[in-house]
Amino acid sequence: MNDRISEKLSILADAAKYDVSCSSSGSKRENVNKGLGNAAGGMGICHAYTEDGRCVSLLKILLTNYCIFNCAYCVSRSSNDVKRAAFTVDEVVELTINFYRRNYIEGLFLSSGIFKNADYTMERLVLIAKKLRTEHNFHGYIHLKAIPGASNELMRQAGLYADRLSVNVEMPTEQSLQLLAPEKNRQDMLQPMHYLKTQILQHQEEKKTSRHLPLFAPAGQSTQMVIGATPENDMQVLLMANYFYKKMQLKRVYYSGYVPISNDNRLPAIGTPVPMIRENRLYQADWLMRFYGFAAGELVAPDHPHLDMDIDPKLSWALRNLHVFPLDVNKADVELIMRVPGIGVGSAHKIVAARRFNLLTHDHLQKIGIAYNRAKYFITCKGPGTLVKDYTPLQIKQQILAMQHSKYQPNFSPQLTLF
Amino acid sequence: MHTLVFDGSFQGLLSAVFTVFEYKLQQVQLVTPQQPLPLFGNRQEVITHTAQAQRVWNGLLRYISPEARQQLYKAFLSEQDTMPQILLTYMQYAFAQQAAVEKNFSHPAVLAVHQTAQKVHREKHRMEAFVRFHLTKDQLYYAVVEPDFNVLPLISEHFEKRYADQQWMIYDARRKYGIYYDLTTVTAIEMDFNTSLQQGRNIAAAYDEKEEQYQHLWQQYFAHVNIAARKNTALHIRHMPLRYWKYLPEKQPAR
Ligand code: SF4
Repeated sequence: MNDRISEKLSILADAAKYDVSCSSSGSKRENVNKGLGNAAGGMGICHAYTEDGRCVSLLKILLTNYCIFNCAYCVSRSSNDVKRAAFTVDEVVELTINFYRRNYIEGLFLSSGIFKNADYTMERLVLIAKKLRTEHNFHGYIHLKAIPGASNELMRQAGLYADRLSVNVEMPTEQSLQLLAPEKNRQDMLQPMHYLKTQILQHQEEKKTSRHLPLFAPAGQSTQMVIGATPENDMQVLLMANYFYKKMQLKRVYYSGYVPISNDNRLPAIGTPVPMIRENRLYQADWLMRFYGFAAGELVAPDHPHLDMDIDPKLSWALRNLHVFPLDVNKADVELIMRVPGIGVGSAHKIVAARRFNLLTHDHLQKIGIAYNRAKYFITCKGPGTLVKDYTPLQIKQQILAMQHSKYQPNFSPQLTLF
Repeated sequence: MHTLVFDGSFQGLLSAVFTVFEYKLQQVQLVTPQQPLPLFGNRQEVITHTAQAQRVWNGLLRYISPEARQQLYKAFLSEQDTMPQILLTYMQYAFAQQAAVEKNFSHPAVLAVHQTAQKVHREKHRMEAFVRFHLTKDQLYYAVVEPDFNVLPLISEHFEKRYADQQWMIYDARRKYGIYYDLTTVTAIEMDFNTSLQQGRNIAAAYDEKEEQYQHLWQQYFAHVNIAARKNTALHIRHMPLRYWKYLPEKQPAR
């Protein structure tokens, strides 16, 4: 029996690995009645990292990789010639509990190909979560994929047992979806998202008056977009993300650089490199929107619809807005200090706290831990060491890039000196 | 110059701070019995005194926040030789200013405590991640770790909340003590025993019959979530430093 589980695990972990969501934070589920597990308390925990450097915090598997659909970008699509497998409900429950007890994982991320139809599949996902909660008194994290097209009643039950739910929109625009997954439609994806949003809000409202209400998807919803399989620019992607954050109140949007998995003339050929830098820039931009108060329109706009590949989006914004700088770190608002390249949220708050005791010098700033060599073009402080000259954006960019290159020089071939 | 010799414990350190205030000592140097004594000046032995320590500990809260006070303890657990002295300077500064000095990141002692506490906190977080329990025949979930800093006191509550329904023990092989949860409370236990069990020898003898199977499944899972097209060894090692590998089943060769 062990060999069979082992084989299934290989197949169904393999098939789930392209889903990039890995968060296990943001829930409020506490261990009660001496049960197993605890998903309360802020930060999630990454228990391991894959050889590609991504975090492993959940047992991320498909219930099955059988699928009646044939989405071009998906390994599990019906026309793909791969080994198929399906877990039973109990197998998933046992694996989760035993991995959790050994502190391998924070919980379960369960997705699935679609066998028979949406409801049939969703029902099984819900059953697994229900068993974990009610029969095993399990309080670890559970993330369920909401299958587009499943009934509202099943979505509601999923919300009662899961910490987070997600519907992947996969493609940033309707046209791309049409092209690559003609059997799917965007409305089927947005509908459950919308239903869940309403339920979550309603639940939060009721929670104010009745304290013993059971949790409902306390860690909210997330979604994923595949990047680089289709011709959308970064502006389209980020405006879409902005829509999800603002209108659907999603907790996270994930960007998944397309890994070519098949020869399909609608898609980049096998061997095309994964757009990792672009993916990284999108995450940086997303981070700026969520934690630094940047609007999507400040990062990308019709006259620069793509994020820069050679510098990060915050530096890029600063260079386009040099009129805002230099900032006096001893006076400026914390929101503006956060916008200085080389100063993060934490350092910005430290600066504002410390300047009430002392006028800060560049020495203080360096000790506090800002990236001074980057920030120095954008700030003034007390005493010598502040040399804001009238550099042009291009000059600043070149100096910062030169600095980065010299830092990594040994890793590059001599050709790079051409830049 | 006064030299105060304390026993190296946190309570001992706080007792020393109490002594400094009680006798209004100027220019104090704190040392533990293991450290070489300075040649000149007065030398005084500090007796660890729980009530005195408690007074200093409570007194801190008049000026600094509970989080800042916790940082002092975390910085202490870094076991750095210079830390007792820095902590003394910090506390003297706090009591002299009678203000929330924890926010003055331009003060060297405040900054050092803050930064060291952060390092210890990171290690605490990593240990919460990298503890790997092995189920023994006696149904004890057993793990060995070798953290850079003495973080077992900091992770105890995390594991108590999480594994409320299983007996577990986490053993610090470097400091030769462990924390043990017996389904009711967590206690610290000192012992010195052979950790070679962890390295895979004798596994069948000591462990539950299913243990090897689950380790194997975990290895299998770990191998299959990797995306070869994205391989990035530098990043992998940055997140999962080599020094932790020897206790991680997923980094052991498959059996
Ligand atoms: S429905 Fe989901 S599992 Fe099926 S082919 Fe499309 S993306 Fe893949």
